[in-house]
Amino acid sequence: MMNKYRAETLSWELRDGVIELILHRDPCNEIGSQVLADLESFVVAHDELREQAHALIIASDRKPGFCAGADLRELYHGARAIGFAAAQPQIRQFLRRIHRVMNVIDASPLVTIAAVHGVTFGGGFELALVCDLIIAEKMARFCFPELRLGLIPGFGGIPRLRRDLGNAIVRDLLLTGRSIGATRAQAIGLVSQLTGEGEALRVARLTAAQIGKFDRATSIAAKRFIKPVPYTELEEEIEIFCDLFTKPAVESGLRRFVESTDAQPYLP
Amino acid sequence: MRTIEETTEEILTLASRHFNVARNEISAGDDFFKKLGINSLQALELLTRLENHFGVELPDYEVQGVSDFQTLAERIQSRL
Repeated sequence: MMNKYRAETLSWELRDGVIELILHRDPCNEIGSQVLADLESFVVAHDELREQAHALIIASDRKPGFCAGADLRELYHGARAIGFAAAQPQIRQFLRRIHRVMNVIDASPLVTIAAVHGVTFGGGFELALVCDLIIAEKMARFCFPELRLGLIPGFGGIPRLRRDLGNAIVRDLLLTGRSIGATRAQAIGLVSQLTGEGEALRVARLTAAQIGKFDRATSIAAKRFIKPVPYTELEEEIEIFCDLFTKPAVESGLRRFVESTDAQPYLP
Repeated sequence: MRTIEETTEEILTLASRHFNVARNEISAGDDFFKKLGINSLQALELLTRLENHFGVELPDYEVQGVSDFQTLAERIQSRL
């Protein structure tokens, strides 16, 4: 297995017992079919490299942020071509595939760290939530804008948010669709460490080095104990998402987003 | 407690510094999208910088549709 690989939308490298997965799709790592395929390739590599590693860091080298979420343009045009109702089986298959990726990272024996900056929205927020630790630059911003589109988060967001945070903020974030800054995200227990601008990856590397000092089997046992994967709720989420997807509000919400004349409409 | 005038002045100074526009070229009634030449992503960045600077939380739905510094200052003032 190669210790270093560059796929079309992301790359990974194993160095000193730490795997770094760097997202590099323009403009802001929107998760569409290519990113999904590359993440699936990464999961295969993860399974082969994990015995040589103790930590995994996920970060982005794109300026706008960590990840702006699902590729809504691909989603809209793909569904519109065959009709939103007819697209439901494909949506379910996409969700099952991305859930498999997320679940592998969530349950990884490695200590996983999301090093985030800027936009960390929707599916990007969900990718950060699968990690054991979120280290965020103070300009990072988190949001679940899905209700603005007539949907709920579909990549495991609600079950994992419920696992990690209190009801007040979970409901506020989901039901208002508002974004919160990293300072607030740290105050509510979502972010474990705040860093200056451009420093998240460096701090994540230092954290990974600290974790590497400990007995690996103990870290694995501790993680299993404190971070159960909510598999049943994750399955329920896929069904609710697929049910909502055929409602008229979704097509009109997505059309509004896709046809927006704003240069970068990060909030639908 | 800051006055609304002080809050507005701090917003204008911060915006001028981060978006490289001379302080004397922007005033309270200006449309900040036009004057700063920013898009919605940069508007979010401005929001985060203002939250960090004033130590407040400002939900983005409260500032959606707001495009002038004066109204932005009023929204922040109500959270101070």
